[in-house]
Amino acid sequence: MFAYIIRRLLYAIPILIGVNLLTFVLFFVVNSPDDMAVSQLGAKYVTPEAIENWKAKNGYDKPLFYNAGADGLETVTETIFFAKSVRLFAFDFGRSESGRDISTDVRRRMGPSLAVVLPTFLVGIGVNICVALMVVMFHASRLDRAAVIVFVALMSISYLFYIIGGQYLVAKTWRLVPISGFLSGAEVWKFLLLPVLVGVVAGIGAGARWYRTLFLEEANQDYVRTARAKGCSELAVLFRHILPNALIPILTGVVVLVPMLFMGSLLIESFFGIPGLGSYMLDAINAQDFAIVRSMVFIGSILYIVGLILTDISYTWADPRVRLS
Amino acid sequence: MLRTFLNKWDAVPAPDSPDQRPAQTLHALALAACLLLAGCGKGPWNNPHPPPDGDKVTYYSVMSPAPPKHLDPAISYASDEALFLMQIYEPPLGYHFLKRPYELEPLGVERMPAVSYLDATGKPLPAERVDEAAFTRYHLTVRADARYQPHPAFAVAENGGARYHFDDPAEGRRYRQITDFAHTDARPVRAEDYAYAIKRLADPRAGSPMIGFMGRYIVGMETLSAELDAVSRDGWLDLREFDLAGVDVLDERNYTITINGRYPQFVYWLAMHFFSPVPAEVDRFYHNPGFAESNLTLDWWPVGSGPFMMVRNDPNSEIVLERNPNYHGDVYPSEGAPGDRERGFLEDAGRPIPFIDRAEFRLEKAVLPLWTKFLQGYYDRSGEVHGNTNSVFDRAFVVGPEGLELADDLADHGITLSPDVKPGIYYYGFNMRDPVLGGYTEERRKLRRALQIAFDVEEYLNIFYKGNGIVAHSPIPPGIPGHKGGAEGINPYTHDWVDGEARRKPIEEARQLMVEAGYPNGRDARTGEPLKIFIDVQSQAISTTSMNWIDRAFSRIGVQVEFRPADWNRTREKLLTGNTQIFSHGWLADYPDPENFLFLLYGPESPLLCNCDGANNASYERPEYDELFEAMRVAPPGPARAAMVKRMVELYREDAVWLFAYYPKDVYLNNAWVHNTKRHGISKNTLKYLRINPALREQKRRAWNQPVTWPLYAGAALITALLLPAVIAYRRRQRATAR
Repeated sequence: MFAYIIRRLLYAIPILIGVNLLTFVLFFVVNSPDDMAVSQLGAKYVTPEAIENWKAKNGYDKPLFYNAGADGLETVTETIFFAKSVRLFAFDFGRSESGRDISTDVRRRMGPSLAVVLPTFLVGIGVNICVALMVVMFHASRLDRAAVIVFVALMSISYLFYIIGGQYLVAKTWRLVPISGFLSGAEVWKFLLLPVLVGVVAGIGAGARWYRTLFLEEANQDYVRTARAKGCSELAVLFRHILPNALIPILTGVVVLVPMLFMGSLLIESFFGIPGLGSYMLDAINAQDFAIVRSMVFIGSILYIVGLILTDISYTWADPRVRLS
Repeated sequence: MLRTFLNKWDAVPAPDSPDQRPAQTLHALALAACLLLAGCGKGPWNNPHPPPDGDKVTYYSVMSPAPPKHLDPAISYASDEALFLMQIYEPPLGYHFLKRPYELEPLGVERMPAVSYLDATGKPLPAERVDEAAFTRYHLTVRADARYQPHPAFAVAENGGARYHFDDPAEGRRYRQITDFAHTDARPVRAEDYAYAIKRLADPRAGSPMIGFMGRYIVGMETLSAELDAVSRDGWLDLREFDLAGVDVLDERNYTITINGRYPQFVYWLAMHFFSPVPAEVDRFYHNPGFAESNLTLDWWPVGSGPFMMVRNDPNSEIVLERNPNYHGDVYPSEGAPGDRERGFLEDAGRPIPFIDRAEFRLEKAVLPLWTKFLQGYYDRSGEVHGNTNSVFDRAFVVGPEGLELADDLADHGITLSPDVKPGIYYYGFNMRDPVLGGYTEERRKLRRALQIAFDVEEYLNIFYKGNGIVAHSPIPPGIPGHKGGAEGINPYTHDWVDGEARRKPIEEARQLMVEAGYPNGRDARTGEPLKIFIDVQSQAISTTSMNWIDRAFSRIGVQVEFRPADWNRTREKLLTGNTQIFSHGWLADYPDPENFLFLLYGPESPLLCNCDGANNASYERPEYDELFEAMRVAPPGPARAAMVKRMVELYREDAVWLFAYYPKDVYLNNAWVHNTKRHGISKNTLKYLRINPALREQKRRAWNQPVTWPLYAGAALITALLLPAVIAYRRRQRATAR
């Protein structure tokens, strides 16, 4: 397994270079370094000197990919792409275009992101699995059909509606929790209740319906009939027999998301004023802050690759027949 | 203990009889769960603020919709950043809080600067020969009682050197916040600090947006820039070792600034944070190795001598200011503009300021939470740089017999209005070099006037800006000398004065002008081709509905419209190259002088002529206008200058340079416990005048935020109702025999 993991990590290097290249090209197709300078300097008195100074100060005064004025290897190394990309592989994210240290900001924002996304994720999985198993238990009944209709209805509603509706009802009309904000320490719970509730409720439709499909496939297997014939209680059948056997597809969808939890949630964080990495990314895109966008895409790529490796490893845990080689 | 607490809770009655107990136990359990989850805090459950810090009077407000990007006084150039900088720094001059038109007054200096004019050899000129001045010199005297806030940069070690001066980055990295430093100290503000700040403007590495603009004026600034650019540096560079010819430090409290030629508006720049003092030791402190990794920089932790100092800077969530214990003190003004006494703005006259101890600004990106918290009493005002009332305008206001009034529920809250006509202008300009619409022949003027009349600005503002704007008949907004109201202020080419109000000329007149311009019914009389105009707009700044409205407006005179939406960078490129026919733009004044608006039409400011980011995007070139502008720019205030301004406005109207323009208007809402809320269009250092009644705020917050608890029970009942049939069915199935 160790060799497998090493091999997968080595595969990650060209993937990361490709992702970085793609991000770079996409960003600079719509934004030149001059555009970035104007955006950062403001709309007034933006003299050519100020633009050149900004570019020099922030390392955007070189060619993008190829430096025709340089010799030898420097034709490649003396470029914006090389200068900005190489540091990423040493996890040196540098400074944002507004001058803040990106690593420090990422570290500080990771906590609030996890504080919201982790409980949403865990509670969401738990609720979805329980609801799906319950529906499976009443398969082909009116309850099952009603549940599927409800799931489809829940899936059809926009995530924004859950957020705004939740804020309007729970925080504005009933005044049970603050409508938005974030405080560290013991007070943090009152700020997490609503976003977690919204996140869980918004995910029930899609999640429970998907799990229901997985569980139904297992519920018709012979071993389930055997378990019932042995006299197992329905709960034991569901949780001890069906659930473990349906784990592989569940893990495929779930474990890959675990590392991505660090990246936070764009919408939830923005609407609930949570200073996490999701809103960090969104702010950076709005502010045309390439340094942050590039760093966040890079971190996201790494986490995704880690998630895929973890998924593979989790297969061996869920199904002893699986061997990684 | 829980029961004791619950008994005190208004919404929860104490158990009176045994038969009530089951329900009340359920009630208590639900409440206990909520309280636990709500952090067991006192007061309303939905309070988003941490418990107050002792008896400090705290002001709660927002930064919206984005946090500041720069707080270095040399770099920052945005009003949402000035909101913080101007509470902390004291530039030499400031503005009177209440007087209108805006009036400058000493702030960091003892008196208004003494101005002298010099000839080319540097000798003073007598008053009657100021026209010959090659230089202007401003003499400033720093106030004797100005002292910096406590800060670790001033802390001294036993050996007399700076206490926090490191060589090893690892030492610097031990500190994360400015509050991590155990030792702080302070010292008086000196003239050399003001000189140091100006040298920072000249330093290309500092990245000041003023480097090009001020380089034209301050003597020797361009030379110093070139010199500093050539210096290789590793870490801090002591700018005291470099000379700036135009800035002389005479002694500890006196210094002079010498500028090229005459530029009377320079005094207004002295009221901006660019000219605030920066002590060299602070600059060196922030260059300690390892500090930048923790964002311990002057760009994030300003150091000043103003009424407040920054104690927390988390731009991701909040910025907190606290009263500077070393502030020299000041009193609330005793004079104001007409009507200020009646509106209560002079009730605190002569009282020492600031009135508040602490100000917390929280980041709010979405409008609904901001608005809700304001109505719940958790924010004292609806906004700082923006009123944030546009999105909720329909619900907040009604049109009453006396114009705009608050809706009943808001009026019941005791909310007050602070309207603010900003000293700025938004406009759609013609490219005067355009072969179809540009030019100075009478036909072209008539064509542009026809388009001006067809564009019903009043209707446009009512529909798309909910009336938050005033039709501009000239480039000079209200509050700025040169602005005229009433009959004499209207543009006679587009409006008539009828029954005491400006009335747009009828569309028939526009049609007639089209005929005279050679476009009867919107078609070129020579070719028969329909006239099609192209409007460049910023995609974020216009909606499909407003484009449809504009299309319809021009169709009344047979003109077709094509919009070319683009982002700001692309629009800017078009403006710089003159590749546009009609464009949208805006300008917010730096200082309250007509020169700061009339230069938008000054010929040499055309990007096509100066090959720069000039302000005259219409490329308007009229020799008479340019001559008048050059004379007006250096003329002292008085009738002669006013006459020049009047003539320039006449020329602007005659040539119909802009399709339409309006002065932006904003409305800020204040909760009942907030006083001295008059808006100042130019200056942002008004926090020190704000007064809060914390007792009333607390009372109102409690009254407005009683939680509604029945949904908790309803939710529990719903879940039970959903689960119960399942449980019953499950149990039945478990008991069933095989079939």
